[in-house]
Amino acid sequence: MAYVKDLSAIRALIASHKRWDLVFALCGFAALMVGVLTFVALFADMAIQGLPRLNWEFLTNFPSRRPAQAGILSAWVGSCLVMLVTAFFAVPLGVATGIYLEEYAPKNWVTDLIEINITNLAGVPSIVYGLLALGLFVYQFGLGQSILSAGLTLALLILPVVIVATRESIRAIPQGIREGAYALGGTQWQVCRDHIIPYSSAGILTGVIIGMARAIGETAPVITIGALTFIAFLPPAPMKTEAPFLSFDWVMSPFTVMPIQMFNWTSRPEAAFLQNAAAAGFILVLMTLAMNGLAIYLRYRIRKNIKW
Amino acid sequence: MAKAEAKGLSFYYGEYRALKDLNLVVHENRVTALIGPSGCGKSTFLRCFNRMHDLYPGNRYEGEIVLHPDNANLLAPTVDPIEVRMRLSMVFQKPNPFPKSIFENVAYGLRVRGERSRRALADKVEVALRGAALWDEVKDRLQELAFNLSGGQQQRLCIARALATDPELLLFDEPTSSLDPIATASIEELITELKQHVTILIVTHNMQQAARVSDYTAYMYLGELIEFGVTDELFIKPRNKQTEDYITGRFG
Amino acid sequence: MAARLAHRRSRILREKAIELLLFLAAMVSVFTTIGIVYVLVKESVVFFQHVPLLDFLTDTQWTPLFDDAHFGIVVLLSGTLTSSLVALAIAIPLGTLIAIYLSEFAPFSVREVAKPFLELLGGVPTIIYGYFALLFVTPILQWFYPELPGFNLLSAGIVMGIMIVPYVASISEDAMRAVPMSLREGSYAMGATRFQTAVNVVVPAAFSGIASAYILGISRAVGETMILAVAAGMQPNLTFNPLEPAATITAFIVQVALGDLPHGSVGYQTIFAAGLTLMLFTLACNVAGHVLRKTFREAY
Repeated sequence: MAYVKDLSAIRALIASHKRWDLVFALCGFAALMVGVLTFVALFADMAIQGLPRLNWEFLTNFPSRRPAQAGILSAWVGSCLVMLVTAFFAVPLGVATGIYLEEYAPKNWVTDLIEINITNLAGVPSIVYGLLALGLFVYQFGLGQSILSAGLTLALLILPVVIVATRESIRAIPQGIREGAYALGGTQWQVCRDHIIPYSSAGILTGVIIGMARAIGETAPVITIGALTFIAFLPPAPMKTEAPFLSFDWVMSPFTVMPIQMFNWTSRPEAAFLQNAAAAGFILVLMTLAMNGLAIYLRYRIRKNIKW
Repeated sequence: MAKAEAKGLSFYYGEYRALKDLNLVVHENRVTALIGPSGCGKSTFLRCFNRMHDLYPGNRYEGEIVLHPDNANLLAPTVDPIEVRMRLSMVFQKPNPFPKSIFENVAYGLRVRGERSRRALADKVEVALRGAALWDEVKDRLQELAFNLSGGQQQRLCIARALATDPELLLFDEPTSSLDPIATASIEELITELKQHVTILIVTHNMQQAARVSDYTAYMYLGELIEFGVTDELFIKPRNKQTEDYITGRFG
Repeated sequence: MAARLAHRRSRILREKAIELLLFLAAMVSVFTTIGIVYVLVKESVVFFQHVPLLDFLTDTQWTPLFDDAHFGIVVLLSGTLTSSLVALAIAIPLGTLIAIYLSEFAPFSVREVAKPFLELLGGVPTIIYGYFALLFVTPILQWFYPELPGFNLLSAGIVMGIMIVPYVASISEDAMRAVPMSLREGSYAMGATRFQTAVNVVVPAAFSGIASAYILGISRAVGETMILAVAAGMQPNLTFNPLEPAATITAFIVQVALGDLPHGSVGYQTIFAAGLTLMLFTLACNVAGHVLRKTFREAY
């Protein structure tokens, strides 16, 4: 079969195929640009509308009926305190679950149930967590519309994120490390405590930061448990002058958080309040961007530095 | 008669020179085998023929691979790698059928070449499957997923896929390395039959296989072509000491 | 010897205690699910003692807080469905395009920048997207179509779609990247172009992963709350016209939560019935995804 194929026909065919390549690459790039431009527009819009309102008073004033005097003091303090509670519950629970599933769990139906359950929980809409909290924490357990209720709710919400991050970074530890530690006579817990947890801590931290960034921006579940939108006071201080010096009264205090404050202002018709909303939104975007950015950077560093 | 010729071929992965100044003639309607210890560059060499290295960034060719009878230099920057791949076909180390039916797997190359006629497709698919000695086993289940076939059948399906487009040169990259001995034997038998019509270049890690199926053999070591000759002569009285050490098992 | 034994026993005891503790932590997520089901079902049962299930499913009005109360969930479902369809009409094509582009076409440098960027986009709080829909996208849409009301499902749906794009793109892209290189090489070796390889080989091979991405997108759209609460208005409206304002299931829950309904009233229970509907829907999505993955598991 010594023949030359009809090369000019092949070339024409390839050229027409390649036109599709080009068209598609352009479409794909354009689609990516839609995302990028939306983000730029969103950020720029917040900045242009909000920056004029950003000053020291905005951060240190309580909300007010007069837009020019309104501030986000109670909102950012509330957000910080809720995050504290969230981290307090989500981190130990998430890490412990991750360790259990990777290092301890036997292969049986209970383990399967836990795993399927975590996957499903990750897909439950956040507002359903709000309903859970309203029915269970607020009324059944009598915790009220408090910082504790909100913190617990958000902790459950981000638990799957922390668990998945923990499991992934534990799974990245090679089996040889475990075997080495066991060979030295370590018990299962000693191996976890001295090797597994320290070596996976950077990956866990990444997951925790991403989870916290999500929790800080969550609005729906916190509204559902009945967080008030107009709070002109701060929760009681955690320090006292007399013994025992520490106080946990603040966890039962009513509160508001940043996204709710922003929602409140967004639903007002006056333009001045919308400016306040933009200013609060700008701070919120900056915070979540910074946290997510940090997490992405951390992950990048881990990938670059650790070569098992 | 020469079907293809490598002339002063060097290949670079970035800065690393993986192939060094190779010269080789592939004879028409013959089987030419490339052997050598792993890492010697035999697969890298084979993948130069259909410009597979163009898929990854940072790779560079020097020299020529000329395809006869039109004397086209396959490595010329002006030649589109897709054009090269439309003239040559390749069978891979592990069977890699597409997630499609048996029929569509074989028809894929024809469709890529713009064949639309149902009858022509059906005819060519049958011819290719017969050529790959698979027709009798699959003729009643052409619409089944290709993954349902056994490993040896999958590899023969990949051979049928490669044959369907009537290639000028058929490249085999260790086609039996993931198969059991029985499947291997049937593939080897197939290769011997195919050479009546097709020119074949095969990489193998198995010296006995080269001795069984090939007419010409090239021994490569560290990116260089150490010895090339008629298979029987090369295996019986190699001219080069390194070749002799390798085929007698003293090395590699 | 006895001391060694005692030591050993205490060590085993401690190990067992720690294992039990870790197990209990893992069970918290199971308790969470049980808690969700318990709360939703408990309140819904009371609700359905007041409102017959048939009325709930067939009534075409939703006025739970009026004296003449009607409880037709269809009204809220229409809002949820319409906004979700708008969102998916944006998110699925854009997300898939981006995924194929990043996995098969984009040079390494573009991918390295685009992936983290998409992740950032996915991390923006939804309240921000709500503000953006109401005060940026709606005015732009009104510029093209002046009769568009200030609250509408279209603008909320579009922004929701863009919010979902990163999820769809990221999961689809992971699925496509998991397709072994040998499959692509097989296609390229036949003389296929990038586009032919992507469409004919990579996408079918990654089908189950891409389908899961779509299902995740659907359940995100259905469960999204703040964008709709802010930009689509909270007026119940039985409509499938995206140019109108309407309330979704989620927006209704927010609206009730913002007011001060007494604990135990029928109005209070409606949000749990609405939540149960939502939960059942997302559960169906999860199950569908699971079945899909099981049936079309990648067998390269």
